[in-house]
Amino acid sequence: MNSVERLVHMANQIATNLATDAAPVAAVADHIQQFWDPRMKKMIFAHGTAGLSPVAAAAISLLADAQNGA
Amino acid sequence: MTYQPQKDFGTPESRSPDAVTLTIDGREVTVPAGSSVMRAASEQGTSIPKLCATDSVKSFGSCRLCLVEIDGRRGTPASCTTPVEPGMVVRTQTPHLAKLRKGVMELYISDHPLDCLTCAANGDCELQDQAGAVGLRDVRYDVQATHLGQEKDHSNPYFDFDPSKCIACSRCIRACDEVQGTLALTMEGRGWDSKISAGLASDNFLESECVSCGACVQACPTATLVEKKVVEVGTPERSVVTTCAYCGVGCTFRAEMRGEQLVRMVPYKDGKANRGHSCVKGRFAWGYAQHQERILKPMIRKSISDPWREVEWDEAFAYTASELKRISAKYGRNALGGITSSRCTNEETFLVQKLVRAGFGNNNVDTCARVCHSPTGYGLKTTFGTSAGTQDFDSVEDTDVILIIGANPTDGHPVFASRMKRRLRGQDGRTGAKLIVIDPRRTDIVRSPHIEAQHHLPLRPGTNVAVLTAMAHVIVTEGLADEAFIRERCDWDEYSHWAEFVSQSRNSPENLQPVTLVDAEELRAAARLYATGGNGAIYYGLGVTEHSQGSSTVMAIANLAMATGNIGRRGVGVNPLRGQNNVQGACDMGSFPHELAGYRHISDGTARKLFEDDWGVTLDPEPGLRIPNMLDAAVDGVFKALYCQGEDILQSDPNTAHVSAGLAAMECVIVHDLFLNETANYAHIFLPGSTFLEKNGTFTNAERRIQPVRKVMTPMNGLEDWEVTQRLAQAMGLDWNYTHPSEIMDEIARLTPTFAGVSFARIDEAGSLQWPVTADAPDGSPIMHVDGFVRGKGKFVVTDYVPTDEKTGPRFPLLLTTGRILSQYNVGAQTRRTENVAWHPEDLLEIHPVDAEDRGVKSGDWVKLASRAGETTLRATVTDRVAPGVVYTTFHHAVTQANVVTTDFSDWATNCPEYKVTAVQISASNGPTEWQEEYEALSTRSRRVETGIAAE
Repeated sequence: MNSVERLVHMANQIATNLATDAAPVAAVADHIQQFWDPRMKKMIFAHGTAGLSPVAAAAISLLADAQNGA
Repeated sequence: MTYQPQKDFGTPESRSPDAVTLTIDGREVTVPAGSSVMRAASEQGTSIPKLCATDSVKSFGSCRLCLVEIDGRRGTPASCTTPVEPGMVVRTQTPHLAKLRKGVMELYISDHPLDCLTCAANGDCELQDQAGAVGLRDVRYDVQATHLGQEKDHSNPYFDFDPSKCIACSRCIRACDEVQGTLALTMEGRGWDSKISAGLASDNFLESECVSCGACVQACPTATLVEKKVVEVGTPERSVVTTCAYCGVGCTFRAEMRGEQLVRMVPYKDGKANRGHSCVKGRFAWGYAQHQERILKPMIRKSISDPWREVEWDEAFAYTASELKRISAKYGRNALGGITSSRCTNEETFLVQKLVRAGFGNNNVDTCARVCHSPTGYGLKTTFGTSAGTQDFDSVEDTDVILIIGANPTDGHPVFASRMKRRLRGQDGRTGAKLIVIDPRRTDIVRSPHIEAQHHLPLRPGTNVAVLTAMAHVIVTEGLADEAFIRERCDWDEYSHWAEFVSQSRNSPENLQPVTLVDAEELRAAARLYATGGNGAIYYGLGVTEHSQGSSTVMAIANLAMATGNIGRRGVGVNPLRGQNNVQGACDMGSFPHELAGYRHISDGTARKLFEDDWGVTLDPEPGLRIPNMLDAAVDGVFKALYCQGEDILQSDPNTAHVSAGLAAMECVIVHDLFLNETANYAHIFLPGSTFLEKNGTFTNAERRIQPVRKVMTPMNGLEDWEVTQRLAQAMGLDWNYTHPSEIMDEIARLTPTFAGVSFARIDEAGSLQWPVTADAPDGSPIMHVDGFVRGKGKFVVTDYVPTDEKTGPRFPLLLTTGRILSQYNVGAQTRRTENVAWHPEDLLEIHPVDAEDRGVKSGDWVKLASRAGETTLRATVTDRVAPGVVYTTFHHAVTQANVVTTDFSDWATNCPEYKVTAVQISASNGPTEWQEEYEALSTRSRRVETGIAAE
């Protein structure tokens, strides 16, 4: 796995494990916001949603939008 | 202070709340009911002669030396077996008693060598002392038959057994039984033939079941069992109380010294974690501290293909700072990072993370807890609000049901395991606690002398969450949940949501049995026992955390404890058994890239401002890189410099090939360590470290207990580790001027609310303090969440079982799980450089007989262990301790490098590696793999030192 593939894997893993949360997209976004360094976030924003599960993809989009909005 | 052994009160302390007043030799004394007359006398300062009694074991009444006279009683009762009574009048010194005692001593000495002047215990021998105390001047007996002249047993690398000096008091046997709980020793023969045996007549101490904990040596009143070091150098002349640097139990020891030479480490009876007990590592395995392979001078090199060049400290610091500045200027400040160590003190760890945050200007700091207990931090903070265990070790004394999951305490945390075993055996009329073990292996505690687990659930590796959810299913659906507790302490809606989830039929033990391989009925019985058996306490280790669902498992454990009301008082709780000595402390000190000291997120502006104002810098509000992320970034070419203190990530971290690729891609790897460890093969700068004997500071153990580490000798490398970090920071331009680690602790206390009341002076005064130490709890907090959870309401979190992505298949049909063994510690950098190699000279692969037969493997055969990540070779041992389909090995030896095989998969929440599940294949082997050969060549090449003088 290269670094981007690993980030996609990690995001999907987080999404799978937070699937039972009341608001899974927000929970995944919050987790990534809290624990990933800025470069990791930038890399996955640049990568887009390919290979991401729907929840992970929505969370990444949410984060990216928040980042751009800010 | 000149040397004095710790006071021996003769019999154990009574915990009775009732007091009894009696008169001994004309003086009144008040002691707890249940105390012996001997103990009462001792507490009063009266010394009654004794030989078979010592306060670590129950009284025995065999030596007849401690006789006393008691008004109104006939004869001369033994004071060790006579309990105090109100109004009792005791005389310990009368002519009649003197005559009796002299007669007893005369008999003892008639069968004891009179070589006192040349005996190793000369000056520290109870027999000698008592002969003096009773005034023995002559031995009238011309004894024909004696037990003198017997062969000594030198087999144990740390202590000798000389049966000729034995007085058959059986203190060693009782210490082995009662304190250690191994029951290895026994008395063989009768009369003159009486002899302590380490097991069968054919066994010596090394080959027997003796675990070399030292309890027998400690209990021996003569030189029968004596440390080889005492034989070699003589008795100590002073002692300093300090804290062991091995596992997370955090035993207190007296370092007994001659000048600056350590003679022995003796467990300290007032140590609140160990209560006077020890294991083979802390008691004996400290020889690495003076090992010839220690590097004592700084070394640098331009490239890892160059030999090392020794330099003076000034040059080392100037060069290191210039390299870090060069890289920061060229690649940006985020190209730098640091790793703190759970083997170093709180103060050292705090300084390393401060150097990264304030000096490097980023949050790229992580700690080795990343690869062990980071899921504990995440899981317990989420559910309870605090990233720490809930109890003190004493709490186990009030436990009725002990649930061990993913931990092997007799090997990993042996001193606490002995306390656990004592509770499991039962004592003083109390029946023993019940035991549930959830582990793929039949660990020693499942069945050992006088202990048998009520339930052993040998689950398939990787299915912890499924097993715990199935247990929750039983508890909720059978109406065993403690709803009153939940309503009062937890969020009821969250509980209801969780209860609804676990109650689903897909989570029943029967439905999950094909996944977990755990018998459903057995699981149901275990769940019922935990929920209804009284005080239930969960103890867990890395078998919980080092999984792709490590954090989920921790939360599932917390859910179970909350659902059954097993939180907030003695005897219950959730107790992570920490791997290394200062895992808790390293985490507390802000070593994680997303958290400041005291577990405050770096994005928390209020917390950040506190540090910014104190340090006079601006901190980056974004989290930094975790260790695996650093390695990925290095491979990507953007992470270029690493300061690694007291860790050996090349050996300890998973997927060695990836770790080495990351290290090789960096331009400046700084290793700060005692030895040229495996990571140093890829280092450009080596800063020699100091041992725990050479520095001041504190460690925090698994009970949140902050304990003193005291300097007993001058650092051989010239500087304590905190001084090395400070000098490096100064070279980087930071204005640091600490003159003592106590000033670093003052800063920690100033910036960390849970440490507000901690200072070296307070620790010295109290012996140790369990955080939180605050205005509300100035003496610390042995038990947490007593009146409510730290986060407010306890949070139930739904933990759905998600199978790991690491799958077995035709190519890799077996599951490898890794772990530890008693005699070795972590990557073995310390213990491999001690005589402990006598017990574990190499890593072995445990394989079930069926799997072994399928592959034509016998015990002792070399086998190739291959996974999707890599392959290595080691020798096999065929055993049914592991289930069919599961193999097991340790990771203590660099030549094996078990982590060549482990993968990049990790915990979803924390990136803690999934060490415990790797799909592998085993096949016959002729010799080392290509990797092992190449790596050995690299190590040899990399350890060359240019001066031509061997690094000693």
